[in-house]
Amino acid sequence: MIEVLDLTKRYAGHSAVNGISFTVGRGEVVGFLGPNGAGKSTTMRILACYQPATSGTARVAGFDVFREPDEVRRRIGYMPENNPLHLDMRVRDYLKFRARLKGMGWNRSRERVEKVIQQCGLKDVQGRIIGQLSKGYRQRVGLADALVHEPDLIILDEPTIGLDPHQIRSVRALIKELGRTTTILLSTHLLNEVEMTCTRVLILERGRIVAADATANLERLLSLDGQVLTEIDAPVGELRELFRDVPEVERMDSSPLDGSWQRVSLKPRNGADLRPLVYDMAREQGWPLRELTRSRHSLEEIFVHLTRNRRDDEPHN
Amino acid sequence: MRVYLTLVRRELGMAFNSLTGYVVVAAVLFILGFTLVDLVETLRSGPSDAPVTELFFRTYYFWYAVLLTAPVMTMRSFAAERTSGTYEALMTTPVGDWQVVLSKFTGALLFFLISWMPLALMLFVLRHVANEPLLFVPGIIASTMLGVALVGSLFMAIGCFASALTRSQIVAAMVTFLIGMALWVASYRPLTGLLGSGAQARFFEHISMIRHVTDYSRGQVEVTHLVFYTSAVCFFLFLTHRVIESRRWK
Repeated sequence: MIEVLDLTKRYAGHSAVNGISFTVGRGEVVGFLGPNGAGKSTTMRILACYQPATSGTARVAGFDVFREPDEVRRRIGYMPENNPLHLDMRVRDYLKFRARLKGMGWNRSRERVEKVIQQCGLKDVQGRIIGQLSKGYRQRVGLADALVHEPDLIILDEPTIGLDPHQIRSVRALIKELGRTTTILLSTHLLNEVEMTCTRVLILERGRIVAADATANLERLLSLDGQVLTEIDAPVGELRELFRDVPEVERMDSSPLDGSWQRVSLKPRNGADLRPLVYDMAREQGWPLRELTRSRHSLEEIFVHLTRNRRDDEPHN
Repeated sequence: MRVYLTLVRRELGMAFNSLTGYVVVAAVLFILGFTLVDLVETLRSGPSDAPVTELFFRTYYFWYAVLLTAPVMTMRSFAAERTSGTYEALMTTPVGDWQVVLSKFTGALLFFLISWMPLALMLFVLRHVANEPLLFVPGIIASTMLGVALVGSLFMAIGCFASALTRSQIVAAMVTFLIGMALWVASYRPLTGLLGSGAQARFFEHISMIRHVTDYSRGQVEVTHLVFYTSAVCFFLFLTHRVIESRRWK
């Protein structure tokens, strides 16, 4: 659905996107993950034919975004950053207006508007002026607009930004629902958003793709050194002795908590998952256990890790 | 065509969904009211040597109204959409750049014409009151309105161009006002009698909007004037299109 090859976008003085390549297949829900200024929006704008790239090629549904922009635009539904809407219009009128801009006739646009109003849960507010709606509803209007012409690909730039937790949940649920039938490319700087909605993730940093993987494998990336934390009611000396004999455990640290409880952190060798081992041990010894987790990295830590690795890979001059 | 009409409708909707539209219409009406008072005074003071439409332009109120309201009518067309981001949403739908430029221009021009419609009404009211049919030939009123529309289209095209240049509505309005004012001052030059009769005088004579509307207010529909306005409008719309298109090679 999307084929991007060596795409670069330079503004005066700096490059926002730096030679990225990726593909998105039909039916995938792919997340662009990265901090602000990583080049997510720029890439999306190029794909939506709003901006040209400095070099490289991008094709959507087989059409080149620079040479055949009209063909591309017909096939995508794009929701720009901050979801700009005509605030003086009523929801239904706005969606009809957008449907007609996208080349749909009277009957067809009415039919489709009816459908997306249902789909996006806008039935109760369809007659209201957009400027008077809550941000959550506005976001739904933006999504409905992106969907109205039945595009092959939906591009959503930060679809949940600025929403409250309740609204975020409902918008994510909607995206997930849409993902069953449509190809979606969305951008976010929230880790859990990608985990909850996407099948695959592309991590961007400073205009480069630093990692690309299925969301299921994100877990591995998130627990890179796989440190296990546990709170256990056991004598420290015995613990230390037991773990010394386990080859998977590289190091053990502990600190006393209330009563005889200990907070223990274990560093594994070769990224092994130590949780089953700890659980089995506690059960065998009859030690009460009240917490057992593998520590996860924050997005920032992943970036640090990924970019450090990359720098190490680069040849030294 | 369908897309174009949809966009024109949106432009008009934008003008009348906000207070700005009504304020501008009110400003035009206010100035027209002053003109009406002046015209009634003139007609009362004795027989007139010119059609009442020419008297209308002699008051110069028309120019104040156009110079002041045209920037307000057009400042939002591109600048506001850029600021709010709806421009990006618009330009990522399969609409052509020319469709966008022409619909913005048409929308602005229609709004201009709507706000000047009361002028025709005013002239017919005067005709009824003054009871001097010779002063109010319908053909002359029609040619006067044509003159108003031509001046309006030029100002709207300038306004669209200025609005496409910037994200700031204030800057857009100021640029429109400056270009309009410069054209108006140039229009005034042949009337000062300081230019003599050389090539320069002929040039200013040709571009003088004041001369143009005077001709139209006498019922003379000159083809050269039509050509002047058509080409000037095309020129500014062409520039607007270039500005819009420039994002493709920036």
